[in-house]
Amino acid sequence: MTTGSMTADVRTLGPGVSAIGIHGDVTGATENALMDAYGDATRAGAKAIVLDFSGLDYMNSGGIGLLVTLLVRAQRAGQRLLATGLSEHYREIFALTRLDEAIELHDSAAAAAAAAT
Amino acid sequence: MAETTTERDTTGTEPTDAAPASPWSRRVERLAVGSVPRSAINLNVDGRRLVGPVQGFGRLWQKRYRIRLDGVDVDPAEVIRTWKSEFASFWPRGNRFYGPITAIAPGEVALLNLAMPGRQTLSTGVMVIYADDESFTFMTPEGHMFASWITFSALAEGPATVVSIEVLLRANDPFYELTMALGGHRMENEFWQTTLRNLAARFGVTAEPTLEQTCVDRRRQWRNARNIRHNAAIRTGLYVISHPWVMFRRRDDEATEGSKA
Repeated sequence: MTTGSMTADVRTLGPGVSAIGIHGDVTGATENALMDAYGDATRAGAKAIVLDFSGLDYMNSGGIGLLVTLLVRAQRAGQRLLATGLSEHYREIFALTRLDEAIELHDSAAAAAAAAT
Repeated sequence: MAETTTERDTTGTEPTDAAPASPWSRRVERLAVGSVPRSAINLNVDGRRLVGPVQGFGRLWQKRYRIRLDGVDVDPAEVIRTWKSEFASFWPRGNRFYGPITAIAPGEVALLNLAMPGRQTLSTGVMVIYADDESFTFMTPEGHMFASWITFSALAEGPATVVSIEVLLRANDPFYELTMALGGHRMENEFWQTTLRNLAARFGVTAEPTLEQTCVDRRRQWRNARNIRHNAAIRTGLYVISHPWVMFRRRDDEATEGSKA
């Protein structure tokens, strides 16, 4: 699915663990693409969702707000939210905004999947 | 028109030297304020950590205030440039924004002295965590009413520029959550709507802002109830009781500035 300048794909990493691959820019305008992908992962039975940012080009503050909305939805559904593929720059931004206290950061999708199971 | 804060000073965190290419601030563990204007109360910013919706207590609200600048030839970048450089002047009367003397930029910290009911003052602050040509975002410190991100932006919509303030917030502690239910939301909405009216007036536009608000999460985060230990309203109230001359000095300064205006 594509919205604005972001695409997102869903893949299975293991039993109950799905990854959402994020490509392009994450901004407030890309809500539909991200939420549609989240819906697909949830319908596939994911109890843990790994956001794979290795294809991320750019994220603004609207994109960070979007991640909070996603986090709330996941928490409501009893799902864990993890992330991987963040550059050092965006790891710093997760730390600045203290999103890393709610979204676990991992060095690889495999490590995130292992932590989630 | 809002009162202009004439007494500004440079405040900031130590690591303000964000990479020039990045619109994001560098990470800071704790806020540090530089020199403080005489009439500002700096009680609840130094040493505090930033808090966002993850760290807050109350229900999670998303509010979007918008105003349309019809009939004037001004592009989004010009609006944001003006907003950044004259930010304090658009605030409602009685509220003080002691921002950086240059312009709003990533990593800068501003002290806020906010007008509360009963002529009380709430001393708090914000940090600029993001700023580009068409938007900028504040994040609040521990003790502020809200654990929040506030994004100010402008975009072209047809022939007009539309200006938005988007707030993602949780009340920081149970005390603030109660005050939100007892008129706090109304005050917050009036505050930002007045700001937008003042900004529009700066460009010669008379318009009414719109408001969309959604409760994104109705659950309260009880694990964060202890945030009340940093409550800036309580701490400011106690400070003013023990330092009553601060309020007299502030009122004198306001009267002086009022007579200059």
